[in-house]
Amino acid sequence: MPSAKPEVKLNFSTDWSYAPAPESVKPEIKPRYDLFINGKFTPPVKGKYFDTINPATEKKLSEVAAASAEDVDLAVKAARKAYNTVWGKMPAGERSKYIYRIARVLQERARDFAVVETMDGGKSIRESRDVDVPLAAAHFFYYAGWADKLQYAFPGKMPTSLGVAGQVIPWNFPLLMAAWKIAPALACGNTVVLKPAETTPLTALKLAELIQDCDLPPGVVNIVTGAGETGSAIVNHPDINKIAFTGSTGVGKAIQKALASTDKKYTLELGGKAANIIFDDAPIDQAVEGIVNGIFFNQGHVCCAGSRLFVQESVYDTVIRKLKDRMKTLIVGDPLDKNTDIGAINSKMQLDKINHYLKIGAEEGGEVFTTNGDLPSKGYFCNPTLFLGCSQSHRVVQEEIFGPVLAVQTFRTVEEAIEKANNTPFGLSGGVWTDKGSKIFKVTSRLRAGVIWANTYNKFDPTSPFGGYKESGVGREGGLHGLSAYLNVN
Amino acid sequence: MAKKASATAVANGKTNGTNGHAKTAPPLVPRISDIGDSERLPVLKTYKIYIGGKFPRTESGRYYLLKNASGQPIANICKSSRKDFRDSVVAARTAQHGWGDRSAYNRGQILYRIAEMLEGRTAQFVEELQQTGLTAAAAKKEVAVSVDRLLHYAGWADKYQQIFSSVNPVNSSHFNFSLLEPTGVIAAIAPQDSGLVGLVSLIAPTITGGNAIIALASQTKPLAAVTLAEVIATSDVPGGVVNILTGDPAELTDPMSSHMDVNAVVYAGGVADQWTKIRTNAALNVKRVVSYDGRDWLSADGQSPYYILDTMETKTTWHPVGI
Repeated sequence: MPSAKPEVKLNFSTDWSYAPAPESVKPEIKPRYDLFINGKFTPPVKGKYFDTINPATEKKLSEVAAASAEDVDLAVKAARKAYNTVWGKMPAGERSKYIYRIARVLQERARDFAVVETMDGGKSIRESRDVDVPLAAAHFFYYAGWADKLQYAFPGKMPTSLGVAGQVIPWNFPLLMAAWKIAPALACGNTVVLKPAETTPLTALKLAELIQDCDLPPGVVNIVTGAGETGSAIVNHPDINKIAFTGSTGVGKAIQKALASTDKKYTLELGGKAANIIFDDAPIDQAVEGIVNGIFFNQGHVCCAGSRLFVQESVYDTVIRKLKDRMKTLIVGDPLDKNTDIGAINSKMQLDKINHYLKIGAEEGGEVFTTNGDLPSKGYFCNPTLFLGCSQSHRVVQEEIFGPVLAVQTFRTVEEAIEKANNTPFGLSGGVWTDKGSKIFKVTSRLRAGVIWANTYNKFDPTSPFGGYKESGVGREGGLHGLSAYLNVN
Repeated sequence: MAKKASATAVANGKTNGTNGHAKTAPPLVPRISDIGDSERLPVLKTYKIYIGGKFPRTESGRYYLLKNASGQPIANICKSSRKDFRDSVVAARTAQHGWGDRSAYNRGQILYRIAEMLEGRTAQFVEELQQTGLTAAAAKKEVAVSVDRLLHYAGWADKYQQIFSSVNPVNSSHFNFSLLEPTGVIAAIAPQDSGLVGLVSLIAPTITGGNAIIALASQTKPLAAVTLAEVIATSDVPGGVVNILTGDPAELTDPMSSHMDVNAVVYAGGVADQWTKIRTNAALNVKRVVSYDGRDWLSADGQSPYYILDTMETKTTWHPVGI
């Protein structure tokens, strides 16, 4: 018997610590924002406003208009008029230039946007700065170039625009989701009525200001803020040709049902419960980074988060030990600090939901591991947490939590991993970690999900189609494939 | 029901009608074996449904009497139940994995084989289409287009992927590609006004892409659909990949679109209420829904790789580039 190797453990208890590195930019946030309709900021018909707060401090940032059905109607009328008189008729090359303009100005104002995004939504400034804002600009830049090339995207067809697109987006990537929605819609010759999430309206409104500064014809992009009723007014408006929704599967199903008796087109990008599968021949250290990036990126507020971890039994102990060690180094705290890894949970409501699942997971049994770091006394924060020894039937395995909570299971064979990974109504994404190429092709082709990351995780690009199988949605966003959502291709 | 059919009756049927539909269709059971043998008692065909590669009667024991335009009975047709549909979904789900894993070349050859077998039974299909109302000329054309349609998709099996997939030039050190995979189990409701080509035009593109399908045949023109099942059963198509039911779309639209293990519904039934029902039920598990309303399945508009695309998913895979 070889003698057991002494366990090598990283020691983080040194004198080294991170000095605060707060972002110094103070972006302009107005005390109040009206609705952006027909190129102008317009007070809501009923005069109602609601607060948007910074989830890291619980302090009010601004107040924004609550759009009623009447306001939505005005926005749709403006969009229809712009479609009929200007945007639908404009030479595609000119349309293209307007969209390029948005991309370039967004790049110029990137820092402001990143800071506002972090203040309004709670995500770390590192992510707003390095992921959300540059990707949003890249998305506009990518689709701008499609505007005058649409006929090449669909062999044998001459695609035409749809008209007015109604778009409802979530709070996890507020600016980026606005870009995902607006850029292809405009490139394909449609006009837009977009509703940002009620907890994160500010970057969409700053985008409205930017669009105004870019001199887009009035009514081409309209931004109406509000909660569920505003979204419902968009979905049910009779003069909208297409609905694009990103959000929960529950709301997505309700929208699909609401549209049943209409001939509106729709695309839905819904929830997920992705499997991240670690095989015993994986590069373990990289896999651990991938696990961390998969579930703790953006506080786990990611529809494609790798929220179910499957580790092959033979490397389970090593992987979990390294994962726990790595988790202890994650810095949870002030989102505006450049060292922060995990920022604030987006809202009180979401924190309550996560805490509810933490309770459920503890009751379902198995080991709970949490880093138990000191959390700021104000604001909504949550330590990264593992549920070890889960089984398929556990609610923390089956249901989307949308927080920094990872359910861990084991497997022995490739077939077992695939079977367990696919045993979910969702099918948005998945991860596979192995150094064996043939295994990658086998497993990635068998996973029933729209986006698969092999030996990486949570990567996004404007050229790369994104969207779900099964109950994770209908349609694709991004890339050439994302165009068909905004065109008649008959 | 009449016990015998004479060659004269068949001939009468063939001479009627000038606009694609016979004024009076031939009476019951004009089998080729009958022709020229008026003394022989013909063997009547039992029209059954096709589930998992087998030909059961409906589990419900229900049937409806199919009559021709002049009111003469032609055959008893299974009135399939929701249980028949559920059984079909189990068969389809089981078969889909293996079918989707077949190579494109292999699927193409099998599609080609269906075309061959259909061509070889042209006479029977022509007869059956005549019985359900077509003139001889129209029936011949419909069979010919159906054979050609299968051939068209046989050729697409190893080509559509190259038309619709992509390598995506991402702004990072990754190799990233998107390709099509079958959506899974498809429920389809065939057009009512077509006995063969409509059904073929729904089945062929879905199975070309590697899906499994449960198709509900035209209620008023089901004969050729059942015979198509016999063609498929002898064409190396694995049992369960194609399942063909007969019955009432008004009754089956609801179970077909509400089943939780169906991934997509393809509808060509042309009834607004049924289409709304399908769109509503689709929300139960986010089914994909496609409607082909008012297509002329005999024309070139009835075929294109975009029909394949309608029941496919796009999967995008990322891998780092490095050493």
